[in-house]
Amino acid sequence: MAPVAPPGRTEGPTPLFGAYGIVKRFGDFTANDGVDLEIRAGEIHALLGENGAGKSTLMKILYGLLEPTEGVVTHRGDVVRLGNPEAARALGIGMVFQHFSLCENLTVAENIALVMPPALSGGTLKARIGAVGATYGLHLDPDRPVWSLSAGERQRIEIIRCLLQDPKLLILDEPTSVLTPGEAELLFSVLERLRDEGRALLYISHRLDEVRRLCARATILRGGRVVGTCDPRAETARSMAALMVGAQVGEVKPPSGMLAGPERLVLSGLTLAAPGLHGTALGGVSLTVRGGEIVGIVGIAGNGQAELFDALSGEALAPEPGMVRFDGVASGRLGITARRRGGAGFVPEERNGHGAAPTLSLSDNAILSRHATAGLSRFGILRRAAAKALAQAVIGAFDVRKAGPDPAAGTLSGGNLQKYLMGREILAEPGILVVNQPTWGVDALAAAHIRQALLDLAGRGAAVLVISQDLDELFEIAGRIAVLHDGALSPAVPAAETTRETLGLLMGGGEPVPPAPPPAAITPDLAREPTHAH
Amino acid sequence: MRIDLTPRTDRSALMDALSPVLAFAAALVVGGLVVAAMGRSPAAAFVTYFVAPLSEVWSLQEVALKAAPLALIATGLAFCFRANIWNIGAEGQFVVGGLFGGWIGVATHGAAGNTLWVLPLMLVVGTLAGMLYGLIPALLKVRLGVSEILTSLMLVYVAELLLDYMARGPLRDPAGFNFPQSVTFDDAARLPYLMEGDTLHAGVAIALAAIVVATLVLARTLFGFTVRVVGASPRAARFAGFSDARLTLAVFAVSGGAAGLAGIAEVAGKIGQLQPSISPGYGFTAIIVAFLGRLSPAGILVAALVIALTTIGGEGAQIDLKLPLDLTRAFQGLLLALVLGADALSRYRVRLVPGAAA
Repeated sequence: MAPVAPPGRTEGPTPLFGAYGIVKRFGDFTANDGVDLEIRAGEIHALLGENGAGKSTLMKILYGLLEPTEGVVTHRGDVVRLGNPEAARALGIGMVFQHFSLCENLTVAENIALVMPPALSGGTLKARIGAVGATYGLHLDPDRPVWSLSAGERQRIEIIRCLLQDPKLLILDEPTSVLTPGEAELLFSVLERLRDEGRALLYISHRLDEVRRLCARATILRGGRVVGTCDPRAETARSMAALMVGAQVGEVKPPSGMLAGPERLVLSGLTLAAPGLHGTALGGVSLTVRGGEIVGIVGIAGNGQAELFDALSGEALAPEPGMVRFDGVASGRLGITARRRGGAGFVPEERNGHGAAPTLSLSDNAILSRHATAGLSRFGILRRAAAKALAQAVIGAFDVRKAGPDPAAGTLSGGNLQKYLMGREILAEPGILVVNQPTWGVDALAAAHIRQALLDLAGRGAAVLVISQDLDELFEIAGRIAVLHDGALSPAVPAAETTRETLGLLMGGGEPVPPAPPPAAITPDLAREPTHAH
Repeated sequence: MRIDLTPRTDRSALMDALSPVLAFAAALVVGGLVVAAMGRSPAAAFVTYFVAPLSEVWSLQEVALKAAPLALIATGLAFCFRANIWNIGAEGQFVVGGLFGGWIGVATHGAAGNTLWVLPLMLVVGTLAGMLYGLIPALLKVRLGVSEILTSLMLVYVAELLLDYMARGPLRDPAGFNFPQSVTFDDAARLPYLMEGDTLHAGVAIALAAIVVATLVLARTLFGFTVRVVGASPRAARFAGFSDARLTLAVFAVSGGAAGLAGIAEVAGKIGQLQPSISPGYGFTAIIVAFLGRLSPAGILVAALVIALTTIGGEGAQIDLKLPLDLTRAFQGLLLALVLGADALSRYRVRLVPGAAA
């Protein structure tokens, strides 16, 4: 591994922004413990760390959402106080959040006007959106309603929002987590252009390959402290991951010659109306998953993943029983409890509020999905001791870190709660397991643990279906991969016989992602096809 | 200027426990100011409202008699409100329970032979009547998507007018000099007194038993678990396989049944006959009691006693200080508003954002 410079002030010109000795405590918990960070104009600086390492806290301090307990933030060497985001924006700091804050029923221009100072939100706004879009290749029709846009287009709104205020520092939190590979490429070229204009970018990501490609410097956080700064281009993804987690990340055992077991999960022409105005209809989804294999379904967020999961779990019922078969049983009209009794298990994407009730204890959350299949209720009376024992078994088997003997689910970190929810289903030894986004927002160590558990489960003969946005993850564990686009599923192809590029094209709807078009083509109002009708 | 409510990350258990107490103290201060503005002594009003009813045996018994129906109805409502289902019509279910249960009392008036079955039948019929009446808005919601808030509230007026009609018409005592009331029930149709010579009847014991049962059901049964999960996290409840429709019907049946039982207990206990009106608004006051008690049965017991105390004290204040009954009602409403406000403040941090668009 290349030598890593010690943390602290570095030689060189005065940085554009600096944060020195930042300490942030929440009660007894220290989220940032003496963090130093320097960001120079004209660089893309990566901020790396596992979940809970303190990245979000540091980011929020720089954006004025939190005030540090100790330490200072400097701008061109002068100490500044960032009491709120308005103060940060006044200094030229902009932020693109991981989760967009957009009003679905408003248009692009209206969403941008919402956050602009009144002076800037007047009639020329559409023209300015067009101009910024043209300059950076971020083309957007200002009059389209947000609900009709893809995740990548929504992100462009957030970026344009920032660019209209001419930021000196742009903070991006996990910007590629919702993008197709093609969309990510487009984003990278925009970021490189911004860098070349002399702006500073703080780039937060889990994806070390991206960081190595884009960033010239990286600051690595672990447990609230800076554990090193490095040049990502001189490092390997593995060496940086090791710094992040403080231990060698175990390589997940690749799927070893999966034997074709019996057909356990069969979808035939599964069709389902969209659940609401902004939902996606499923159009004739067909898929077979055999015992002993993991099949991956990849797609960009909002292309029917949630709807497909609900149809598989029984939270949404199919029009015909035969459209969903579990171990040969026509299950399309069965509820989720009946499907669980038939040996199926489910882990939804949203942990808090779907897979678990955040205010209830872990043992209550064991009852949540296992009340009918683990003997946790007899004649309607709960068996609390059995529920506690089950929760303890999951905690032990999946190394769930928590405070207190039986804490509320919402107090666990994302990775630990996900391990708990995985363990809750896997300990039931399901014959069929359906998982949506198994490692979304989960740190590298926990993600490896979860992937290994899925491989082991398949190795014991279960049919495992993994819905994910993370192509790398699917190439790591899935034997076959299918692409979900706009509610339609492509045939599943062996992972070894396809490429990222092929799948990326399918994810985008089968058409190549257009290169940045010439400015003339994106005059607002005229260039785009009419907006989709409701 | 915009007001932001941000969830507190460091919620204090102490403040959670103290917030109803603080709300009560704030209500006392505001109430005292109102009394002072009306030209009376706040200290004298405090004594009349909160001390005098506690100083004599008969008034303590009155407090318990008032608290019993409130606690029983509110315990049932807690199941609804915990599941975010809004039964506002407990008053109507109370009236219907009293009417149909009381009907048995009227019909068996003067019956000869073994009459031990009369009282149990009245209680069962009263409970079932409240339950079925509660199921009307539940079915309308489940089948047709009609807001249960509106239908359950509207059905209160239907029930009240039905009772009014029955007490003045078909069920009127033929030998009662045209007074709009039924015959006085036989002893076999009356709830027994708990102790000889007291006014406390078995309705108080029924309410206490209901609170114990409700505590166990909420904590120890799959049904109680369902109610808690649906309230805490509806999407997780669907993931658990709990049906919204079935739960809506169940909690309306429970709360309607509890209100119906409270209604027949009031008719067979304190009143002893059917009258055009049998409730001073217990079903509505119970909504306050349920929230004041944080939707937990034990808290509801305390809250019912507090509200009953202010009601009895309010009657004393009418006589001694010539303060209007409306003041008591206003105080109870104020108390609910302050309790909900204090809960919100213990859960959220309020931030004023100057200059931002609202």
